Amino acid sequence: MSIKRILTATAAVAVVGLALAGCTAADPAAAPSSASMEKIVIGSQAFSENEIVAEIYAQALENAGYSVERKFNIGSREVYIPAIESGEVSLLPEYTGGLLQYFDTKTTLKTAADIYGALPVLLKPSGLAVLDQSTASDEDSYNVTKAFSEANNVTSLSDLSALKIPLTVGGNSELETRPYGPAGLLSVYGVTVSFTSIEDYGGPLTVKALNDGAVHIADLYTSDPSIAKNGFVTLSDPEGLMVANNVVALINKASFPEEAKGVINSVNAKLTTAGLVQINTESAAGDSPATIAAKWLKANQVG
Amino acid sequence: MNFLTDAIAWIFNPALHEGANSLTARIGEHLGYTFGAVLIGALVAIPLGILVGHTRRGAGIAVAFTGGLRALPSLGVLILIALSVGIGFQAPLATFVIMAIPPLLSGTYAGIHAVNPVTVDAARAMGMTPLQVIFQVEFPLALPLVMAGVRSAILQVVATATLAAYVSGGALGVYIFSALARRDYTQMLAASLIVIALAFALEGIFALLQRLARPHGTVALPVK
Repeated sequence: MSIKRILTATAAVAVVGLALAGCTAADPAAAPSSASMEKIVIGSQAFSENEIVAEIYAQALENAGYSVERKFNIGSREVYIPAIESGEVSLLPEYTGGLLQYFDTKTTLKTAADIYGALPVLLKPSGLAVLDQSTASDEDSYNVTKAFSEANNVTSLSDLSALKIPLTVGGNSELETRPYGPAGLLSVYGVTVSFTSIEDYGGPLTVKALNDGAVHIADLYTSDPSIAKNGFVTLSDPEGLMVANNVVALINKASFPEEAKGVINSVNAKLTTAGLVQINTESAAGDSPATIAAKWLKANQVG
Repeated sequence: MNFLTDAIAWIFNPALHEGANSLTARIGEHLGYTFGAVLIGALVAIPLGILVGHTRRGAGIAVAFTGGLRALPSLGVLILIALSVGIGFQAPLATFVIMAIPPLLSGTYAGIHAVNPVTVDAARAMGMTPLQVIFQVEFPLALPLVMAGVRSAILQVVATATLAAYVSGGALGVYIFSALARRDYTQMLAASLIVIALAFALEGIFALLQRLARPHGTVALPVK
Protein backbone atom coordinates (compact mmCIF):
# COMPACT_ATOMS: atom_id res chain seq x y z
CA MET A 1 0.00 0.00 0.00
CA SER A 2 2.67 2.47 1.04
CA ILE A 3 4.86 1.42 -1.91
CA LYS A 4 1.92 2.07 -4.19
CA ARG A 5 1.51 5.48 -2.65
CA ILE A 6 5.20 6.27 -3.14
CA LEU A 7 4.96 5.14 -6.75
CA THR A 8 1.95 7.35 -7.31
CA ALA A 9 3.72 10.34 -5.78
CA THR A 10 6.82 9.69 -7.88
CA ALA A 11 4.73 9.42 -11.01
CA ALA A 12 2.98 12.68 -10.18
CA VAL A 13 6.30 14.48 -9.63
CA ALA A 14 7.62 13.02 -12.86
CA VAL A 15 4.58 14.22 -14.80
CA VAL A 16 4.85 17.74 -13.38
CA GLY A 17 8.59 17.75 -14.04
CA LEU A 18 8.06 16.66 -17.63
CA ALA A 19 5.43 19.31 -18.12
CA LEU A 20 7.80 22.00 -16.81
CA ALA A 21 10.63 20.68 -18.92
CA GLY A 22 8.32 20.87 -21.91
CA CYS A 23 7.85 24.57 -21.26
CA THR A 24 11.56 25.29 -21.42
CA ALA A 25 12.51 22.91 -24.23
CA ALA A 26 13.51 24.17 -27.63
CA ASP A 27 11.00 24.96 -30.33
CA PRO A 28 9.14 21.76 -31.26
CA ALA A 29 8.82 22.95 -34.88
CA ALA A 30 12.59 22.85 -35.35
CA ALA A 31 12.73 19.22 -36.42
CA PRO A 32 16.17 17.95 -37.32
CA SER A 33 15.05 16.42 -40.62
CA SER A 34 17.32 17.21 -43.54
CA ALA A 35 15.89 18.88 -46.58
CA SER A 36 14.50 16.56 -49.17
CA MET A 37 15.85 17.12 -52.64
CA GLU A 38 12.98 15.88 -54.73
CA LYS A 39 10.05 17.73 -53.13
CA ILE A 40 9.73 21.47 -52.52
CA VAL A 41 8.04 21.98 -49.15
CA ILE A 42 5.97 25.17 -49.09
CA GLY A 43 4.81 26.69 -45.84
CA SER A 44 2.44 29.56 -45.11
CA GLN A 45 1.48 31.80 -42.24
CA ALA A 46 -1.81 31.22 -40.50
CA PHE A 47 -4.10 33.61 -42.34
CA SER A 48 -5.93 33.25 -45.60
CA GLU A 49 -4.14 35.85 -47.75
CA ASN A 50 -0.75 34.28 -47.04
CA GLU A 51 -2.09 30.79 -47.52
CA ILE A 52 -3.49 31.75 -50.94
CA VAL A 53 -0.18 33.30 -52.05
CA ALA A 54 1.53 30.08 -50.90
CA GLU A 55 -1.01 28.11 -52.93
CA ILE A 56 -0.28 30.29 -55.99
CA TYR A 57 3.44 29.49 -55.57
CA ALA A 58 2.59 25.80 -55.17
CA GLN A 59 0.44 25.61 -58.30
CA ALA A 60 2.94 27.65 -60.34
CA LEU A 61 5.70 25.21 -59.36
CA GLU A 62 3.48 22.21 -60.08
CA ASN A 63 2.62 23.66 -63.49
CA ALA A 64 6.37 23.99 -64.12
CA GLY A 65 6.81 20.28 -63.37
CA TYR A 66 8.03 20.37 -59.76
CA SER A 67 6.54 18.20 -57.07
CA VAL A 68 5.55 20.16 -53.99
CA GLU A 69 4.37 19.44 -50.48
CA ARG A 70 2.10 21.92 -48.69
CA LYS A 71 2.66 22.67 -44.99
CA PHE A 72 0.31 25.61 -44.59
CA ASN A 73 -0.91 27.52 -41.53
CA ILE A 74 2.30 27.49 -39.49
CA GLY A 75 1.41 30.37 -37.15
CA SER A 76 3.81 33.14 -36.23
CA ARG A 77 7.42 33.95 -37.23
CA GLU A 78 8.69 32.49 -33.97
CA VAL A 79 7.49 29.12 -35.26
CA TYR A 80 8.04 29.11 -39.01
CA ILE A 81 11.41 30.87 -39.21
CA PRO A 82 13.12 28.01 -37.30
CA ALA A 83 11.25 25.56 -39.55
CA ILE A 84 12.58 27.18 -42.71
CA GLU A 85 16.08 27.55 -41.20
CA SER A 86 16.16 23.81 -40.53
CA GLY A 87 15.09 23.08 -44.12
CA GLU A 88 11.85 21.46 -42.99
CA VAL A 89 10.18 24.11 -45.14
CA SER A 90 11.96 25.48 -48.24
CA LEU A 91 9.67 28.30 -49.37
CA LEU A 92 7.25 30.62 -47.63
CA PRO A 93 5.52 33.86 -48.69
CA GLU A 94 6.75 36.64 -46.41
CA TYR A 95 6.35 40.37 -45.96
CA THR A 96 9.52 42.48 -46.16
CA GLY A 97 8.95 44.86 -43.24
CA GLY A 98 7.87 42.22 -40.76
CA LEU A 99 10.72 39.94 -41.81
CA LEU A 100 13.29 42.71 -41.36
CA GLN A 101 11.97 43.55 -37.89
CA TYR A 102 12.20 39.90 -36.87
CA PHE A 103 15.92 39.74 -37.72
CA ASP A 104 16.75 43.32 -36.69
CA THR A 105 14.49 44.54 -33.91
CA LYS A 106 16.14 47.97 -33.80
CA THR A 107 15.84 48.77 -37.50
CA THR A 108 14.72 52.24 -38.54
CA LEU A 109 14.33 51.45 -42.24
CA LYS A 110 10.88 52.22 -43.63
CA THR A 111 10.80 52.32 -47.43
CA ALA A 112 10.29 49.22 -49.56
CA ALA A 113 13.61 49.63 -51.40
CA ASP A 114 15.71 50.17 -48.24
CA ILE A 115 14.14 47.18 -46.49
CA TYR A 116 14.52 44.85 -49.44
CA GLY A 117 18.14 45.99 -49.81
CA ALA A 118 18.92 45.21 -46.16
CA LEU A 119 17.43 41.71 -46.12
CA PRO A 120 20.08 39.56 -47.94
CA VAL A 121 22.88 40.42 -45.48
CA LEU A 122 20.66 39.79 -42.47
CA LEU A 123 19.33 36.47 -43.79
CA LYS A 124 22.65 35.02 -44.99
CA PRO A 125 23.91 33.66 -41.63
CA SER A 126 20.67 31.65 -41.25
CA GLY A 127 21.02 30.09 -44.72
CA LEU A 128 17.98 32.01 -45.96
CA ALA A 129 17.41 34.30 -48.92
CA VAL A 130 14.61 36.33 -50.49
CA LEU A 131 13.63 36.26 -54.15
CA ASP A 132 12.36 39.31 -56.06
CA GLN A 133 9.92 41.41 -54.07
CA SER A 134 6.49 42.13 -55.51
CA THR A 135 4.76 45.48 -55.58
CA ALA A 136 1.89 43.92 -53.60
CA SER A 137 1.89 45.34 -50.10
CA ASP A 138 -0.02 44.32 -47.02
CA GLU A 139 0.89 46.94 -44.48
CA ASP A 140 -0.75 48.98 -41.76
CA SER A 141 -2.53 52.12 -42.91
CA TYR A 142 -4.57 54.80 -41.20
CA ASN A 143 -8.07 55.17 -42.59
CA VAL A 144 -10.95 57.58 -42.06
CA THR A 145 -14.52 57.55 -43.32
CA LYS A 146 -15.32 59.44 -46.50
CA ALA A 147 -17.61 61.77 -44.53
CA PHE A 148 -14.84 62.62 -42.06
CA SER A 149 -12.36 63.16 -44.88
CA GLU A 150 -14.68 65.55 -46.71
CA ALA A 151 -15.93 67.42 -43.63
CA ASN A 152 -12.41 68.07 -42.35
CA ASN A 153 -10.59 68.17 -45.67
CA VAL A 154 -8.23 65.39 -44.64
CA THR A 155 -6.52 63.04 -47.10
CA SER A 156 -3.06 62.79 -45.59
CA LEU A 157 -1.60 62.18 -42.16
CA SER A 158 0.01 65.62 -42.44
CA ASP A 159 -3.48 67.21 -42.58
CA LEU A 160 -4.40 65.89 -39.13
CA SER A 161 -2.42 68.32 -36.99
CA ALA A 162 -4.56 71.23 -38.25
CA LEU A 163 -7.72 69.65 -36.77
CA LYS A 164 -8.91 71.12 -33.51
CA ILE A 165 -10.96 68.14 -32.34
CA PRO A 166 -9.61 65.37 -30.08
CA LEU A 167 -8.82 62.36 -32.28
CA THR A 168 -9.07 58.68 -31.41
CA VAL A 169 -7.20 55.93 -33.22
CA GLY A 170 -8.57 52.38 -33.13
CA GLY A 171 -6.44 49.32 -33.70
CA ASN A 172 -5.05 46.17 -32.21
CA SER A 173 -3.37 46.72 -28.83
CA GLU A 174 0.11 46.10 -30.22
CA LEU A 175 -0.28 49.27 -32.31
CA GLU A 176 -0.14 51.29 -29.09
CA THR A 177 3.50 50.37 -28.54
CA ARG A 178 4.66 50.20 -32.17
CA PRO A 179 6.89 53.02 -33.55
CA TYR A 180 4.18 53.92 -36.07
CA GLY A 181 1.47 54.03 -33.38
CA PRO A 182 0.33 57.08 -31.39
CA ALA A 183 3.93 57.97 -30.45
CA GLY A 184 4.98 58.01 -34.12
CA LEU A 185 1.97 60.11 -35.11
CA LEU A 186 3.04 62.67 -32.54
CA SER A 187 6.76 62.73 -33.34
CA VAL A 188 6.45 62.57 -37.14
CA TYR A 189 3.19 64.42 -37.83
CA GLY A 190 2.67 66.37 -34.60
CA VAL A 191 -0.77 64.84 -34.00
CA THR A 192 -1.91 63.94 -30.51
CA VAL A 193 -4.32 61.01 -30.50
CA SER A 194 -5.88 58.83 -27.87
CA PHE A 195 -5.91 55.10 -28.45
CA THR A 196 -8.76 52.56 -28.37
CA SER A 197 -7.78 48.91 -28.62
CA ILE A 198 -9.98 46.62 -30.69
CA GLU A 199 -8.52 43.15 -30.76
CA ASP A 200 -9.62 41.81 -34.12
CA TYR A 201 -6.65 42.95 -36.24
CA GLY A 202 -8.55 45.39 -38.41
CA GLY A 203 -11.50 42.99 -38.70
CA PRO A 204 -15.23 43.74 -38.79
CA LEU A 205 -15.29 45.20 -35.26
CA THR A 206 -12.65 47.78 -36.19
CA VAL A 207 -14.51 48.59 -39.40
CA LYS A 208 -17.75 49.02 -37.44
CA ALA A 209 -16.07 51.21 -34.84
CA LEU A 210 -14.88 53.53 -37.64
CA ASN A 211 -18.29 53.57 -39.33
CA ASP A 212 -20.01 54.23 -35.97
CA GLY A 213 -17.66 57.09 -35.17
CA ALA A 214 -16.43 55.29 -32.03
CA VAL A 215 -12.96 55.99 -33.44
CA HIS A 216 -11.98 58.67 -35.97
CA ILE A 217 -9.05 56.80 -37.49
CA ALA A 218 -8.66 53.04 -37.84
CA ASP A 219 -5.60 50.93 -38.53
CA LEU A 220 -6.49 48.60 -41.42
CA TYR A 221 -4.30 46.51 -43.70
CA THR A 222 -3.84 47.91 -47.21
CA SER A 223 -4.98 44.60 -48.75
CA ASP A 224 -8.25 44.64 -46.78
CA PRO A 225 -11.28 44.65 -49.13
CA SER A 226 -13.37 46.49 -46.51
CA ILE A 227 -11.51 49.76 -47.24
CA ALA A 228 -12.99 49.99 -50.73
CA LYS A 229 -16.28 48.37 -49.71
CA ASN A 230 -16.95 51.03 -47.06
CA GLY A 231 -15.52 53.88 -49.10
CA PHE A 232 -12.88 54.60 -46.45
CA VAL A 233 -10.12 57.06 -47.28
CA THR A 234 -6.61 55.75 -46.63
CA LEU A 235 -4.55 58.68 -45.38
CA SER A 236 -1.36 59.12 -47.37
CA ASP A 237 1.91 58.93 -45.49
CA PRO A 238 4.33 61.45 -47.05
CA GLU A 239 6.86 61.19 -44.22
CA GLY A 240 7.04 57.39 -44.42
CA LEU A 241 5.77 56.63 -40.91
CA MET A 242 4.45 53.19 -41.87
CA VAL A 243 6.91 50.40 -42.49
CA ALA A 244 6.67 48.98 -46.03
CA ASN A 245 5.54 45.35 -46.09
CA ASN A 246 5.74 43.94 -49.59
CA VAL A 247 5.12 40.31 -50.44
CA VAL A 248 8.40 38.47 -50.96
CA ALA A 249 9.31 34.79 -51.19
CA LEU A 250 11.56 33.57 -48.37
CA ILE A 251 13.59 30.48 -49.24
CA ASN A 252 16.05 28.11 -47.63
CA LYS A 253 19.06 28.42 -49.96
CA ALA A 254 20.18 24.82 -49.55
CA SER A 255 16.86 23.09 -50.13
CA PHE A 256 15.19 25.35 -52.70
CA PRO A 257 16.25 24.43 -56.26
CA GLU A 258 18.13 27.21 -58.07
CA GLU A 259 16.26 26.73 -61.36
CA ALA A 260 12.83 27.06 -59.66
CA LYS A 261 13.54 30.65 -58.62
CA GLY A 262 12.37 31.97 -61.99
CA VAL A 263 8.90 30.47 -61.47
CA ILE A 264 8.41 32.29 -58.17
CA ASN A 265 9.86 35.54 -59.54
CA SER A 266 7.42 35.46 -62.45
CA VAL A 267 4.55 35.16 -59.95
CA ASN A 268 5.81 38.03 -57.82
CA ALA A 269 6.27 40.21 -60.89
CA LYS A 270 2.50 40.03 -61.47
CA LEU A 271 1.33 40.25 -57.85
CA THR A 272 -0.10 43.67 -56.89
CA THR A 273 -1.88 45.17 -53.90
CA ALA A 274 -5.10 45.24 -55.95
CA GLY A 275 -4.48 41.54 -56.62
CA LEU A 276 -4.27 40.90 -52.85
CA VAL A 277 -7.52 42.81 -52.32
CA GLN A 278 -9.12 40.64 -55.01
CA ILE A 279 -7.78 37.46 -53.39
CA ASN A 280 -9.08 38.54 -49.98
CA THR A 281 -12.48 39.44 -51.44
CA GLU A 282 -12.82 35.99 -53.02
CA SER A 283 -11.63 34.36 -49.80
CA ALA A 284 -14.24 36.26 -47.78
CA ALA A 285 -16.85 35.02 -50.25
CA GLY A 286 -15.91 31.47 -49.28
CA ASP A 287 -13.84 30.31 -52.26
CA SER A 288 -11.12 27.78 -51.45
CA PRO A 289 -7.43 28.79 -51.68
CA ALA A 290 -6.90 26.26 -54.49
CA THR A 291 -9.72 27.76 -56.60
CA ILE A 292 -8.58 31.34 -55.99
CA ALA A 293 -4.96 30.48 -56.80
CA ALA A 294 -5.86 28.67 -60.03
CA LYS A 295 -8.01 31.61 -61.08
CA TRP A 296 -5.24 34.10 -60.33
CA LEU A 297 -2.66 32.11 -62.31
CA LYS A 298 -5.00 31.85 -65.28
CA ALA A 299 -5.89 35.55 -65.20
CA ASN A 300 -2.24 36.61 -64.95
CA GLN A 301 -1.00 33.99 -67.42
CA VAL A 302 1.75 32.73 -65.15
CA GLY A 303 3.00 29.14 -65.12
CA MET B 1 10.13 31.02 -10.69
CA ASN B 2 11.51 34.23 -12.19
CA PHE B 3 8.28 34.76 -14.09
CA LEU B 4 6.31 34.56 -10.88
CA THR B 5 8.44 37.03 -8.91
CA ASP B 6 8.49 39.40 -11.91
CA ALA B 7 4.72 39.13 -12.18
CA ILE B 8 4.25 39.94 -8.49
CA ALA B 9 6.64 42.88 -8.83
CA TRP B 10 4.56 44.03 -11.82
CA ILE B 11 1.38 44.01 -9.73
CA PHE B 12 2.94 46.16 -7.04
CA ASN B 13 4.60 48.63 -9.41
CA PRO B 14 3.35 52.00 -8.07
CA ALA B 15 3.26 53.58 -11.57
CA LEU B 16 0.43 51.23 -12.42
CA HIS B 17 -1.85 52.51 -9.70
CA GLU B 18 -2.24 56.08 -10.93
CA GLY B 19 -4.43 57.77 -13.50
CA ALA B 20 -7.62 56.89 -15.31
CA ASN B 21 -6.25 53.61 -16.65
CA SER B 22 -4.84 52.41 -13.34
CA LEU B 23 -4.87 48.80 -12.26
CA THR B 24 -7.39 49.71 -9.57
CA ALA B 25 -9.73 51.11 -12.23
CA ARG B 26 -9.35 47.93 -14.31
CA ILE B 27 -10.15 45.76 -11.28
CA GLY B 28 -13.16 48.00 -10.65
CA GLU B 29 -14.34 47.45 -14.23
CA HIS B 30 -13.79 43.73 -13.87
CA LEU B 31 -15.88 43.57 -10.69
CA GLY B 32 -18.41 45.91 -12.28
CA TYR B 33 -18.96 43.44 -15.11
CA THR B 34 -19.14 40.55 -12.64
CA PHE B 35 -21.70 42.03 -10.27
CA GLY B 36 -23.58 43.92 -13.00
CA ALA B 37 -24.03 40.84 -15.17
CA VAL B 38 -25.04 38.59 -12.28
CA LEU B 39 -27.47 41.22 -10.96
CA ILE B 40 -29.17 41.69 -14.34
CA GLY B 41 -29.10 37.93 -14.89
CA ALA B 42 -30.70 37.38 -11.47
CA LEU B 43 -33.53 39.82 -12.27
CA VAL B 44 -34.37 37.64 -15.27
CA ALA B 45 -33.47 34.16 -14.09
CA ILE B 46 -34.66 34.06 -10.48
CA PRO B 47 -38.32 35.03 -11.17
CA LEU B 48 -38.30 32.61 -14.12
CA GLY B 49 -36.81 29.86 -11.95
CA ILE B 50 -39.41 30.47 -9.23
CA LEU B 51 -42.19 30.30 -11.83
CA VAL B 52 -40.94 27.05 -13.31
CA GLY B 53 -40.21 25.50 -9.89
CA HIS B 54 -43.49 26.60 -8.33
CA THR B 55 -45.83 25.64 -11.16
CA ARG B 56 -43.75 22.58 -12.00
CA ARG B 57 -44.43 23.42 -15.62
CA GLY B 58 -41.95 24.01 -18.38
CA ALA B 59 -39.13 22.29 -16.52
CA GLY B 60 -38.10 20.45 -19.68
CA ILE B 61 -37.93 23.68 -21.63
CA ALA B 62 -35.99 25.40 -18.83
CA VAL B 63 -33.42 22.61 -18.71
CA ALA B 64 -33.00 22.56 -22.50
CA PHE B 65 -32.80 26.38 -22.55
CA THR B 66 -30.09 26.61 -19.87
CA GLY B 67 -28.16 23.75 -21.46
CA GLY B 68 -28.29 25.50 -24.81
CA LEU B 69 -27.10 28.81 -23.35
CA ARG B 70 -24.22 27.07 -21.61
CA ALA B 71 -23.05 25.59 -24.89
CA LEU B 72 -22.65 29.02 -26.53
CA PRO B 73 -19.01 30.00 -27.09
CA SER B 74 -18.64 33.28 -25.19
CA LEU B 75 -16.15 34.97 -27.54
CA GLY B 76 -18.41 34.21 -30.50
CA VAL B 77 -21.43 35.68 -28.72
CA LEU B 78 -19.40 38.74 -27.71
CA ILE B 79 -18.29 39.47 -31.29
CA LEU B 80 -21.76 38.82 -32.64
CA ILE B 81 -23.32 41.29 -30.19
CA ALA B 82 -20.51 43.83 -30.69
CA LEU B 83 -21.08 43.72 -34.44
CA SER B 84 -24.58 45.07 -33.84
CA VAL B 85 -24.08 47.43 -30.87
CA GLY B 86 -20.46 48.47 -31.52
CA ILE B 87 -17.40 48.58 -29.31
CA GLY B 88 -17.60 49.55 -25.65
CA PHE B 89 -19.02 48.02 -22.48
CA GLN B 90 -22.52 47.09 -23.72
CA ALA B 91 -21.62 44.01 -25.75
CA PRO B 92 -19.46 42.42 -23.01
CA LEU B 93 -22.11 43.13 -20.37
CA ALA B 94 -24.84 41.52 -22.50
CA THR B 95 -22.59 38.51 -23.15
CA PHE B 96 -21.86 38.05 -19.45
CA VAL B 97 -25.58 38.31 -18.62
CA ILE B 98 -26.20 35.47 -21.07
CA MET B 99 -23.46 33.47 -19.34
CA ALA B 100 -24.81 34.20 -15.86
CA ILE B 101 -28.39 33.15 -16.60
CA PRO B 102 -27.99 29.32 -16.83
CA PRO B 103 -26.53 28.70 -13.34
CA LEU B 104 -28.96 31.22 -11.78
CA LEU B 105 -31.98 29.71 -13.50
CA SER B 106 -31.10 26.09 -12.80
CA GLY B 107 -30.14 26.88 -9.17
CA THR B 108 -33.44 28.64 -8.50
CA TYR B 109 -35.54 26.10 -10.35
CA ALA B 110 -33.81 23.16 -8.64
CA GLY B 111 -34.09 24.81 -5.23
CA ILE B 112 -37.83 25.46 -5.51
CA HIS B 113 -38.45 22.08 -7.11
CA ALA B 114 -36.62 20.30 -4.27
CA VAL B 115 -38.89 21.71 -1.57
CA ASN B 116 -40.84 18.86 -0.02
CA PRO B 117 -44.41 18.85 -1.51
CA VAL B 118 -45.78 17.92 1.92
CA THR B 119 -44.42 21.18 3.32
CA VAL B 120 -46.04 23.14 0.50
CA ASP B 121 -49.33 21.31 1.04
CA ALA B 122 -49.19 22.10 4.74
CA ALA B 123 -48.62 25.79 3.95
CA ARG B 124 -51.62 25.79 1.61
CA ALA B 125 -53.77 23.99 4.18
CA MET B 126 -52.97 26.75 6.67
CA GLY B 127 -54.59 29.18 4.25
CA MET B 128 -51.50 30.75 2.68
CA THR B 129 -51.98 32.46 -0.67
CA PRO B 130 -49.78 31.25 -3.56
CA LEU B 131 -47.53 34.32 -3.13
CA GLN B 132 -47.17 33.61 0.58
CA VAL B 133 -46.29 30.01 -0.23
CA ILE B 134 -43.60 31.19 -2.62
CA PHE B 135 -42.05 33.92 -0.48
CA GLN B 136 -42.50 32.47 3.01
CA VAL B 137 -42.00 28.77 2.35
CA GLU B 138 -40.55 27.80 -0.99
CA PHE B 139 -38.04 30.59 -1.62
CA PRO B 140 -36.49 30.60 1.90
CA LEU B 141 -36.09 26.83 1.70
CA ALA B 142 -34.62 27.12 -1.80
CA LEU B 143 -32.24 29.92 -0.85
CA PRO B 144 -29.10 27.79 -0.35
CA LEU B 145 -29.46 26.40 -3.89
CA VAL B 146 -30.28 29.84 -5.29
CA MET B 147 -27.09 31.11 -3.65
CA ALA B 148 -25.19 28.18 -5.14
CA GLY B 149 -26.44 29.39 -8.53
CA VAL B 150 -25.33 32.95 -7.76
CA ARG B 151 -21.92 31.70 -6.64
CA SER B 152 -21.45 29.68 -9.79
CA ALA B 153 -22.60 32.60 -12.00
CA ILE B 154 -20.16 34.97 -10.26
CA LEU B 155 -17.29 32.56 -10.80
CA GLN B 156 -18.25 32.06 -14.43
CA VAL B 157 -18.33 35.79 -15.17
CA VAL B 158 -15.26 36.82 -13.17
CA ALA B 159 -13.21 34.24 -15.03
CA THR B 160 -14.49 35.30 -18.46
CA ALA B 161 -14.67 39.09 -18.05
CA THR B 162 -11.15 39.33 -19.52
CA LEU B 163 -12.82 38.97 -22.94
CA ALA B 164 -14.32 42.47 -22.62
CA ALA B 165 -11.00 43.97 -23.76
CA TYR B 166 -11.43 42.32 -27.15
CA VAL B 167 -14.04 44.94 -28.01
CA SER B 168 -12.35 47.74 -26.02
CA GLY B 169 -14.62 47.17 -23.03
CA GLY B 170 -11.81 47.55 -20.46
CA ALA B 171 -11.37 45.30 -17.39
CA LEU B 172 -8.33 43.14 -16.65
CA GLY B 173 -8.23 41.61 -20.12
CA VAL B 174 -6.66 44.87 -21.37
CA TYR B 175 -3.37 43.77 -19.79
CA ILE B 176 -3.69 40.25 -21.13
CA PHE B 177 -4.41 41.27 -24.73
CA SER B 178 -1.70 43.93 -24.83
CA ALA B 179 0.75 41.44 -23.29
CA LEU B 180 -0.21 38.86 -25.89
CA ALA B 181 0.49 41.33 -28.69
CA ARG B 182 3.92 42.22 -27.29
CA ARG B 183 4.76 38.72 -25.96
CA ASP B 184 5.12 40.23 -22.49
CA TYR B 185 4.46 37.08 -20.50
CA THR B 186 5.23 38.72 -17.17
CA GLN B 187 2.34 41.13 -17.61
CA MET B 188 0.12 38.35 -18.89
CA LEU B 189 0.84 36.20 -15.87
CA ALA B 190 0.40 39.13 -13.49
CA ALA B 191 -3.02 40.00 -14.90
CA SER B 192 -4.02 36.34 -14.78
CA LEU B 193 -2.92 36.11 -11.15
CA ILE B 194 -5.16 39.05 -10.30
CA VAL B 195 -8.12 37.38 -12.03
CA ILE B 196 -7.38 34.17 -10.10
CA ALA B 197 -7.16 36.08 -6.82
CA LEU B 198 -10.49 37.80 -7.54
CA ALA B 199 -12.09 34.45 -8.35
CA PHE B 200 -10.80 32.90 -5.12
CA ALA B 201 -11.91 35.86 -3.02
CA LEU B 202 -15.41 35.93 -4.53
CA GLU B 203 -15.70 32.17 -4.28
CA GLY B 204 -14.84 32.38 -0.55
CA ILE B 205 -17.31 35.18 0.12
CA PHE B 206 -20.14 33.48 -1.73
CA ALA B 207 -19.45 30.07 -0.15
CA LEU B 208 -19.94 31.84 3.18
CA LEU B 209 -23.12 33.59 1.99
CA GLN B 210 -24.44 30.28 0.73
CA ARG B 211 -23.92 28.80 4.18
CA LEU B 212 -25.62 31.77 5.84
CA ALA B 213 -28.57 31.41 3.45
CA ARG B 214 -29.60 28.15 5.07
CA PRO B 215 -32.90 28.70 6.94
CA HIS B 216 -33.08 27.92 10.65
CA GLY B 217 -34.27 24.47 11.52
CA THR B 218 -33.20 22.83 8.27
CA VAL B 219 -30.39 20.36 7.83
CA ALA B 220 -27.46 21.44 5.67
CA LEU B 221 -27.02 19.50 2.48
CA PRO B 222 -23.45 18.75 1.56
CA VAL B 223 -22.26 21.66 -0.58
CA LYS B 224 -20.73 20.51 -3.80
